[in-house]
Amino acid sequence: MTTADATKAPGTTTDLTGTFTEKAKLVSAEVYPVKTLEQAFAKAVEICVNKAPLDPQMASPASPDAAQKSSGTDRIMAAPNLDEDAFSALSAACDAAGGISLIRENLRQYPGGIDMGVSLMDYGIAETGTLVLDSRAEETRLSTMLSEIHVAVLYTSKIRESALAMTEELKGVVRDPGSYMAFITGASRTADIERVLAMGVHGPLELHIMLVEE
Amino acid sequence: MSGEKGTKAESLKAYKNRLDDALGNEFLRKAMDNFAVAYRTSRENAFSGMDTAELIQTVADVKADAVIRNQELLAAFKQKAKENGIHVHLAETAEDANRIIAEIAKKTRCKSIVKSKSMTAEETHLNRWLENEGLEVTETDLGEWIVQLRKEGPSHMVMPAIHLSRYQVADLFSSVTGTEQDAEIQRLVKVARKELREKFVTADMGITGANYVIAETGTIGIATNEGNARLVSTLPRVHVALAGIDKLLPTIKEALAVNKVLPKNATGQAITSYVTWITGPSECKTVEGGKREMHLVFLDNGRSKIAKDPVFAQILQCVRCGACANVCPVYRMVGGHQLGYIYIGAIGLITTYFFHGREHAKNLVQNCTNCGACKSICAGGIDLPGLIKDVHAKIQDEEGHPLQSLLLGKVLKNRKLFHTLLRTAKLAQGPMTEKTKEGPFLRHLPMIFSPEHNFRRLPAIAEKPFRDRFEGLNKKVHAPAYRIALFSGCVQDFVYPEQLEAAMRGFQEANVAVTFPMGQSCCGLPAVSMGEKSAARDVALQNLDAFELKDVDYIVTLCASCASHLKHGAPKLLKNYAPDRAAAFADKVLSYSQFMSGVVGLDKKTGAGKAIAFHSPCHLCRGLDEREAPKDVIAKSGNTYVPTAEEETCCGFGGSFSANFPAVSNEILTQKLDDVEKSGAELLVTECPGCVMQLRGGAMKQGRDIEVAHLAEILYPQ
Ligand code: SF4
Ligand code: SF4
Repeated sequence: MTTADATKAPGTTTDLTGTFTEKAKLVSAEVYPVKTLEQAFAKAVEICVNKAPLDPQMASPASPDAAQKSSGTDRIMAAPNLDEDAFSALSAACDAAGGISLIRENLRQYPGGIDMGVSLMDYGIAETGTLVLDSRAEETRLSTMLSEIHVAVLYTSKIRESALAMTEELKGVVRDPGSYMAFITGASRTADIERVLAMGVHGPLELHIMLVEE
Repeated sequence: MSGEKGTKAESLKAYKNRLDDALGNEFLRKAMDNFAVAYRTSRENAFSGMDTAELIQTVADVKADAVIRNQELLAAFKQKAKENGIHVHLAETAEDANRIIAEIAKKTRCKSIVKSKSMTAEETHLNRWLENEGLEVTETDLGEWIVQLRKEGPSHMVMPAIHLSRYQVADLFSSVTGTEQDAEIQRLVKVARKELREKFVTADMGITGANYVIAETGTIGIATNEGNARLVSTLPRVHVALAGIDKLLPTIKEALAVNKVLPKNATGQAITSYVTWITGPSECKTVEGGKREMHLVFLDNGRSKIAKDPVFAQILQCVRCGACANVCPVYRMVGGHQLGYIYIGAIGLITTYFFHGREHAKNLVQNCTNCGACKSICAGGIDLPGLIKDVHAKIQDEEGHPLQSLLLGKVLKNRKLFHTLLRTAKLAQGPMTEKTKEGPFLRHLPMIFSPEHNFRRLPAIAEKPFRDRFEGLNKKVHAPAYRIALFSGCVQDFVYPEQLEAAMRGFQEANVAVTFPMGQSCCGLPAVSMGEKSAARDVALQNLDAFELKDVDYIVTLCASCASHLKHGAPKLLKNYAPDRAAAFADKVLSYSQFMSGVVGLDKKTGAGKAIAFHSPCHLCRGLDEREAPKDVIAKSGNTYVPTAEEETCCGFGGSFSANFPAVSNEILTQKLDDVEKSGAELLVTECPGCVMQLRGGAMKQGRDIEVAHLAEILYPQ
């Protein structure tokens, strides 16, 4: 079975991006094809600026106080897993838009929630529209769970056909002591009351995926 | 689990009362109905374009292999876990598991605990234990939280609160929050989001289950939709995972193979929103050293003993997808609290005996029509109905057989006595018989039946059984196209001989030579269904002796249940007695439609031109995997087949099931008749005399204008 999985019908490998997009949309993720990382960040910032104000789930020790609010930064965005260059680029985009404070640590100080978490994904899985994120860092985990909107940045070159077809790559991640690998498919959901679908029971209410071609 | 059920054995009467209550619960009935129908479609969509059988076979193989290698995998995991910094504990019993977890909490000075859903923790009654120790435990899966607040157990393994309405949840949340909550689902979910966030943040310990425990890398895999397991294993400083030893798999590859099937089978989702793979303690910034403390508690609770049992080892192939409940006609009528103790649905009927004891299992295990729907869908490839019957037999062997079942067993074993009794009963019923256009019926139920059995009319025993008519009907055939031996089964022989007579007309027309071995007995299925395994084996052997195989091409029966039992059930019973003869016998068995459509080949007749609905007997569509032959027979009979909703759903007969649980049987039957009426058919046809008895008797009793016939009767009408 696994071998059959790894070598599906010819042609499917070329359209992994298409399959990924289709499957991700099936679980209500928004998918945006973009050319560059900068474009991905610009889109994320745009979504963040236009989103509804945060609905705090509890008091957060570090949420913006009145002073901050009056200075106009009423959105909190976290991007703990970006490298220095990417973080600066995102930071610049936030500054340009204004009103967003961008953080990369101390997410435990925001238990009431943050507006947006932006994270760079390790892999995508076309078969199910799944994102794979090495989340061994606590901040990464928190940013993907405490955010109302999760923006996942994924390079199209990182899309694989199926989980089974990339067993070795996945093993490479889980083999490490202390690793915490997440498969994320759509936003947090439940159908526990009368089987009616509801989004965001604990984690993000929305998932936006930026598919970067570069 | 829930207080009402307590820990004492429940009487059959009390159990039946609970069933009646459930049958009367309109919301539950509607919710279950909607779910049963919607589930089928979403599962189909989830698997579309895939070879479902092959995927399931892979899971079954992976799990079966893991069961055999369990001890080896356990040792490997322990080694790896040690390297990864996971504390591994082995709990012999449920109590041990609870004690170990309570001790971890004590040692690490944990006071408050958040939990993500774990059936294994339900199995051990973990919450009760921890709360008793003064710990605060909060379930964080929405459904689990709801049932926890209501102080009851889950009613489905994947959807714990499926038995509750939004109004009940709104009332509950109103009392929890102290503010009036609207019965609006999206808002209720937000209430849970808010209420539970604080619990996550302040908890000292997080408890999760594990869907997969991977030996090679020392990793656990957890699947959730809500993402609560991620918070449970991220915010608190201590993480305890509780898993049955049956969750062990060699590598992530096997886990991925299972994960490909599990969510599709569970809810019709391609994959759950989150699957989390944890390899040892991960970063936790609130503790010194920067890593949380992680424990894995393995629960045995009888599993390693089961693993060594040649019959029951397959139980451990279960991946807890819950699908066996989703498709079960009994579950659909009565809901999970009535069809399971902790584990629910077919697998629950079986594991309750092993994990929670005979006293909790003995009523449950009888509440099965043996329809095989669960088996046909099981992600682990488990022969669920077979094992249910085995548990039933086991319980009777241990507790002593009830008189009724004992008598049945004794009578069946002695064919002559059995047939004499039937003939005597025929004489006794004489004055109580009422002739109708649908054949003779009993005016009143015999005394041994209680009024609740009065949901369908019972047919009278025929004037003259088929075995006494055969000689007269059997015309010599020269140069026969085929030679068959006819297996009548008890019901057709003694109650509906006219069905066999119709078939005889056709055999002659098709130049088929027929023998009817007089030594043939009951097929044995009724004995199996009453837990009388040894009687079933005896009659199976008698049938082997009665049939001279070398003289016949096929053994044909007009009863799909007999066919399926002779083909698959009897060889299993005779595995250690006469395996080769049983296999040779089974090899020749065909159902009536299989023989007429597949072997004889029919020319199209000018028939009555009626619109005909087909009820597909469980033992035909699933037991023999035959779906096309009967439709071909209908088409060739000069009538038109019209589809009905849920054509393959059980009619509720199930042999002794309908006698033991008449109320449930009646509800399943009513649903069936509703579907037939909606189809607009003029006639309902099936291929099993048991189904005819149930459907015809029910239609008459309910005063419905539904005529019921056997396939042979429309193909060769009088
Ligand atoms: S055989 Fe049918 S009635 Fe029995 S448990 Fe399985 S699905 Fe339910
Ligand atoms: S027995 Fe089969 S169908 Fe039932 S929960 Fe287990 S794997 Fe699923």
